[in-house]
Amino acid sequence: MSGFFDIPSDLQNTYFGLIGLHLREALIPVLAGLLVSLPVAQLCVRLRWLYPPVLGVTTILYAIPSLAFFVVLIDYTGQTETTVMIPLSVYSLVVLVPAIVDGVRSVPEETLAAATAMGLGPVRRYFQVQLPIAVPAIIAGLRVATVSSISLVSVGMLIGNQGALGNLLNDANIYHRPELAVNSVVTTAVLAILADAALVLVRRVLTPWMPKESTR
Amino acid sequence: MIRIDSVTKRYPDGTVAVDRLSLEIPDRSITVLVGPSGCGKTTTLRMINRMVEPSEGRILLDGADIQAQPVNTLRRSMGYVIQNAGLFQHRTVIDNIATVPRLLGWSKQRARVRAAELMERVGLDSAFAKRYPYQLSGGQQQRVGVARALAADPPVLLMDEPFSAVDPVVRKGLQDELLRIQDELGKTIVFVTHDIDEAIKLGTMVAVMRTGGHLAQFAPPAELLTDPADAFVEDFLGADRGIRRLSFFPSAGLELQQAPIVAIDADAGRLTARTSADTPYLLVTDLDGRPLGWGEPRALTAGSIRPEQLIPYGRPFVPGRDSLRAALDGSVLSPTGWAVAVDGEGRAVGVVSQQVIGAAIRTAHAEGRDDAKAGG
Repeated sequence: MSGFFDIPSDLQNTYFGLIGLHLREALIPVLAGLLVSLPVAQLCVRLRWLYPPVLGVTTILYAIPSLAFFVVLIDYTGQTETTVMIPLSVYSLVVLVPAIVDGVRSVPEETLAAATAMGLGPVRRYFQVQLPIAVPAIIAGLRVATVSSISLVSVGMLIGNQGALGNLLNDANIYHRPELAVNSVVTTAVLAILADAALVLVRRVLTPWMPKESTR
Repeated sequence: MIRIDSVTKRYPDGTVAVDRLSLEIPDRSITVLVGPSGCGKTTTLRMINRMVEPSEGRILLDGADIQAQPVNTLRRSMGYVIQNAGLFQHRTVIDNIATVPRLLGWSKQRARVRAAELMERVGLDSAFAKRYPYQLSGGQQQRVGVARALAADPPVLLMDEPFSAVDPVVRKGLQDELLRIQDELGKTIVFVTHDIDEAIKLGTMVAVMRTGGHLAQFAPPAELLTDPADAFVEDFLGADRGIRRLSFFPSAGLELQQAPIVAIDADAGRLTARTSADTPYLLVTDLDGRPLGWGEPRALTAGSIRPEQLIPYGRPFVPGRDSLRAALDGSVLSPTGWAVAVDGEGRAVGVVSQQVIGAAIRTAHAEGRDDAKAGG
């Protein structure tokens, strides 16, 4: 196993460099997805009729194979990280939009009524009441989106070594070095687990108000 | 004063929640809106702070149309208490209470000092300040709800079935607490409930509403019990109307007898002296004067009276504090038919028979009728 961390020179990167790249390609799309999902979800909460069609659209987008995305995008963004990250951002919507909508809707009716009656306008109500109470649901969504994004980055290898750790799978094949494939799979899994644990930690810090027995 | 002036709420689908309702809600007293579900009582309440806008008519606060000021300014001048408290689950007790003061631009420090004062006023230990709502019982949450509504010292308090979701014992405690707070603060309270007993206990004025948003009767509780406007109100008041009305008659005027009271160490001479034809029973007390029970004079032997052999004396009443209802209740609870009056410390101050209580009730009724005539 001497060559386990011995990264082939065609990737022009170290092991830790690949990890950094992988995290960047996985997490920026989730962040972008979150920024898009928040207003979209709020719109769905305010205009109930909008929610089913929005869900339908996010599901259809999720069903588009990443390869198809690449074929279209490559004309505009080339063989770059951006080409990998755009589909990943779009995929995250299918998880994040319903998570935020459910979270915001989970605010009890009487809590909202009390907020309104105390003279909190719609903006204050959203930022001071609905969003904080939706945090556990939003983070639950972020956990799924993040883990799936970390595993999906690997397809980037199809457009010329833009798959970060996923490129090792290709190299394992080219150079007949199966240990690189093992490295790719194990490292990706560990990253996913660590990212997930970090999000659980963030949840605990942000929500000291949650009953302890439901803390996982 | 809040004046509801011929207000109608009609929804787009044609349902009429409130139908040409007019009410004058007096200042510094509790006005209860009561009625079955679908009678429009909550809708009426919510029109006062414009959470629901009327389709027709207007609502005046101290003579000015409530539409005249910005909606959030209006709402911040009215405390609001809701069923299940509606606390912000992500904020501590003290921050929940400080919500409106903070919205009004008070400093964090000043808002917290005020919140701590209010916790004391509603009977919450300061140890709860840093806790979150999930760590509180339903009753405690509702106290926080009341404190939060009072935080900015609004002249008006709107309460929407605030005590419906807690158990009867806690509810009684919260009702008593509300009456005590109201004695101290004198707010203009509009209180919505479906529980007629709660309405009668808390209301200075009670508005009985019927399905479809009509006002059936608007009267003080005693008058409601005496003169229900129609069959609906009578039916809604339920059974025992006559007995419940006795709650409004004071027991202070009852003529008490002290003669049939003997201490447990009474000698034979004293027992004989206290026995007479119209007092078939003697009330035996302990050496401090607290009642132990009734005994027939013949069955009592001086020097060897055994408390466990005495006849139960029911539930004593405190003359002046309790009503004729409590006195009558005490007299029917004891097999002897006599009620025991005690002072604040529980020492027997006299006894009274059902006949005397009955006469007092008849007198009170007669006076009530005279008052009614004199009044209108």
